Amino acid sequence: MMKRFVAASSALAMAVALQAGAALADDGAKRGGTLIWAVQNTPRHLNPAVQSGIATGEPGNQLFAAPLRYDEDWTPQPYLAESWSTSADGLTVTLNLVKGATFHDGTPIKSSDVAFSIRTVQENHPFKTMFAPVDSVETPDDHTAVIKLSKPHPALLLAMSSQLLPIIPEHVYGDGQDPKTHPANAENVVGSGPFKLVEFKRDQHIILERNDDFFIDGRPYLDKVVMRIIKDGAARTIALENGEAHLSGFEQNPRDINRLKKASGVTATSEGVAYAAIGPIAWLAFNTAADGPTGNKKVRQAIAYAVDRDFVNKAIMLGTSTPALTGIHPGSPFYEPNVETYDLDLDKANALLDEAGYPRGADGTRFKLTVDYGWAGIKAQAEYIKPQLKKVGIDVEIRSSPDFPTWAKRVGGHDFEMTWDVVFNWGDPVIGVHRTYASSNIKKGVIWSNTQSYANPRVDELMEMAGSETDPARRKALYSEFQKIIAEDVPVYHTYALPYHTIYSDKVGNPPVGIWATVSPLDRVYLK
Amino acid sequence: MAVRAGYALALLLAVVILNFTLIHIAPGDIADTIAGDMGGATEEVMAQIRADYGLDKPFPVQLGIYLGNVVRLDFGYSFFFNTPVTSLIAERLPATLLLVFTAQIFALVIGVVLGVISARRPHGLLSHFVTLLALFGYSAPVFWTGIMLLIGLSLLLPLFPVAGMIDVALIDAPLWRQYLSVAHHLFLPALTLASIFLALYSRLTRASMLEVLGADYIRTARAKGLSERDTVYRHALKNSLGPVVTLAGLQFSAVVSGAVLVETVFSWPGLGTLALQSILARDTPTILGILFFSALVVIVGNLLTDLALRLIDPRIRGGGG
Repeated sequence: MMKRFVAASSALAMAVALQAGAALADDGAKRGGTLIWAVQNTPRHLNPAVQSGIATGEPGNQLFAAPLRYDEDWTPQPYLAESWSTSADGLTVTLNLVKGATFHDGTPIKSSDVAFSIRTVQENHPFKTMFAPVDSVETPDDHTAVIKLSKPHPALLLAMSSQLLPIIPEHVYGDGQDPKTHPANAENVVGSGPFKLVEFKRDQHIILERNDDFFIDGRPYLDKVVMRIIKDGAARTIALENGEAHLSGFEQNPRDINRLKKASGVTATSEGVAYAAIGPIAWLAFNTAADGPTGNKKVRQAIAYAVDRDFVNKAIMLGTSTPALTGIHPGSPFYEPNVETYDLDLDKANALLDEAGYPRGADGTRFKLTVDYGWAGIKAQAEYIKPQLKKVGIDVEIRSSPDFPTWAKRVGGHDFEMTWDVVFNWGDPVIGVHRTYASSNIKKGVIWSNTQSYANPRVDELMEMAGSETDPARRKALYSEFQKIIAEDVPVYHTYALPYHTIYSDKVGNPPVGIWATVSPLDRVYLK
Repeated sequence: MAVRAGYALALLLAVVILNFTLIHIAPGDIADTIAGDMGGATEEVMAQIRADYGLDKPFPVQLGIYLGNVVRLDFGYSFFFNTPVTSLIAERLPATLLLVFTAQIFALVIGVVLGVISARRPHGLLSHFVTLLALFGYSAPVFWTGIMLLIGLSLLLPLFPVAGMIDVALIDAPLWRQYLSVAHHLFLPALTLASIFLALYSRLTRASMLEVLGADYIRTARAKGLSERDTVYRHALKNSLGPVVTLAGLQFSAVVSGAVLVETVFSWPGLGTLALQSILARDTPTILGILFFSALVVIVGNLLTDLALRLIDPRIRGGGG
């Protein structure tokens, strides 16, 4: 009883202190102006509760608020929940909601809406592990939500960001229609966030305006946000350079990034923990269940020794990316760099291949392998390993796919030997990391499941334990061991973290460069 | 005329069936796209999507259902956007039509003027320059021309906007200011799209005019004492336009497909970008709707060409058709 009280009151004190701290950081903020934000894709609709991804997330985070927010680093800040506490056994998380918050149509935001939103996400969102341990959400009063878990779930706090748990109105979405295709997802959106929807014209723009009744006094600073949908990377770069756009996120083309770094009037940044909650990692995946060589661990290790991670980062990515040594993003608190890194060593590669029982033939070739890739941005990487693996006697055939569904069908159907891929961590390893390595997630026909057919009982055990370990030090230790084992087994060879950059003009104050970058609320952004 | 209409209908039917089959053969479907878009999905979710969109039924059944709907002018709902295909197309068609017609007009007007100039002094410096310019526009890939124009006239000399159809800030401004903004945004894309066909029209005008200028009745007009300007513009030009207009009609479908690339470079919100996106997403109802309407636009374009020809050349009027 005493323990719970101490935990609760310290959480409250911390929350109040953080709130005060956050207000101080906006000194110098000016009210007014229209931010022009260049975005890369047209979203299917604007509701992140039933749809993952950046295209829906960027506008969705402005339209909907969430219990928590993570503005700079991994420390949760109060948002719709002004304070929260976790019970000592980790099975109950209580949220105390802000009073006086309303939806865009004036209806008060209640704890029943929080319960409804969690249920909607559980039933419709593709990431099932986010809220799987939530058994029920009790609502003793309009401003208290008590989340009951079947086991401790440290990932829960991160999952309550506006990218993953937008609070949607029960009185709109509870009408019996399928939330995935509900008309309110794209028109007359009734949200809970700092901005209201004015107009959504596909392939043209999304216009948002300030929510005057937003529950945080004085915010948002901007009058309007115009999201211009410019698909072509070159056109976006020009728009940012000549001042037609003030902001852009998720820019990853190395040439565009380097060009914008040199341009005047704009800053291109990926410093610190920017994009760490997205955690995008590019890797060369192996089909470990194939009849051929990729089923042999020594062969995979040999290929890892032969492929030069440094070359990929310096020459192909033009120095814009960070090397990734494991399945967890370098910006995550659980990152373990002390693993086998497979630095370039052709002699070791050759020795391992000999040991594996694949000697060189008369013409110097040991065996043939195919490599797939799914989109133009990763083509150079696929082409690079052909001459590189030739040096150790592997003859590589590059299989290109005309578009994403073709590649997804192949890889999802386990019809591949090697493929390049990019997979997101999505913040907490439970959400986006476990799915690649869990033997229970070998699902044919589903892209971004465990398409490598990797199965290691110790890894399964470690992930199970780490997923419900609330002590941060013990959790880190568990994930460290996990990363060491997968580095040893090499079901995928991790090469680099995608160099997502935020580009913003000198006119922009408080640009979104935290762990969620541009998929976070822009209520603190202002124009100088 | 009735025979023409019959041909048009048969063509449309063939377009629908052929494209339905082709899309069905391509690997992957909307469930894979949605899973990719969502950053992953479970088997149950994907099976549910396939059942929702009738993709688990056998192919002939799917085709039959679709054809039955098309006959009643029901083009279905986009798998990807969940809005009726007809409203998606209605949103985009005006933008593409504007681009395509403006490009054709640019190409025709500039092409004919250049052709006439080079025909009047066939071996002059200007004529050679015109030939070079036209060939350059024809051989350079259209997306390259577009990006070069963007760099030149949007970045180095900030004269034109870089993307889109209208300045979003003008959402509440009076109509004439909105039209002006659209025209400002339209200039570069229309010029880019016109650059390919400019060459054809200028070369053809030049050749056609040279042939006409050598004809007997022109010599008569000159002998009669008509001014050079009257000779060239009243008599020779009208008679040499026939082949150019025919070519313009034939090129119509090429212009519509060229619009896809131009729309992509300039983020022009037309049918081209929607078509590309729908194919990549395997959004079958949208693709078929667009292909149906494109075929319709090309048929109408050709009909207009015929009408124009009849206006220019009285010898074609009457009989036949």
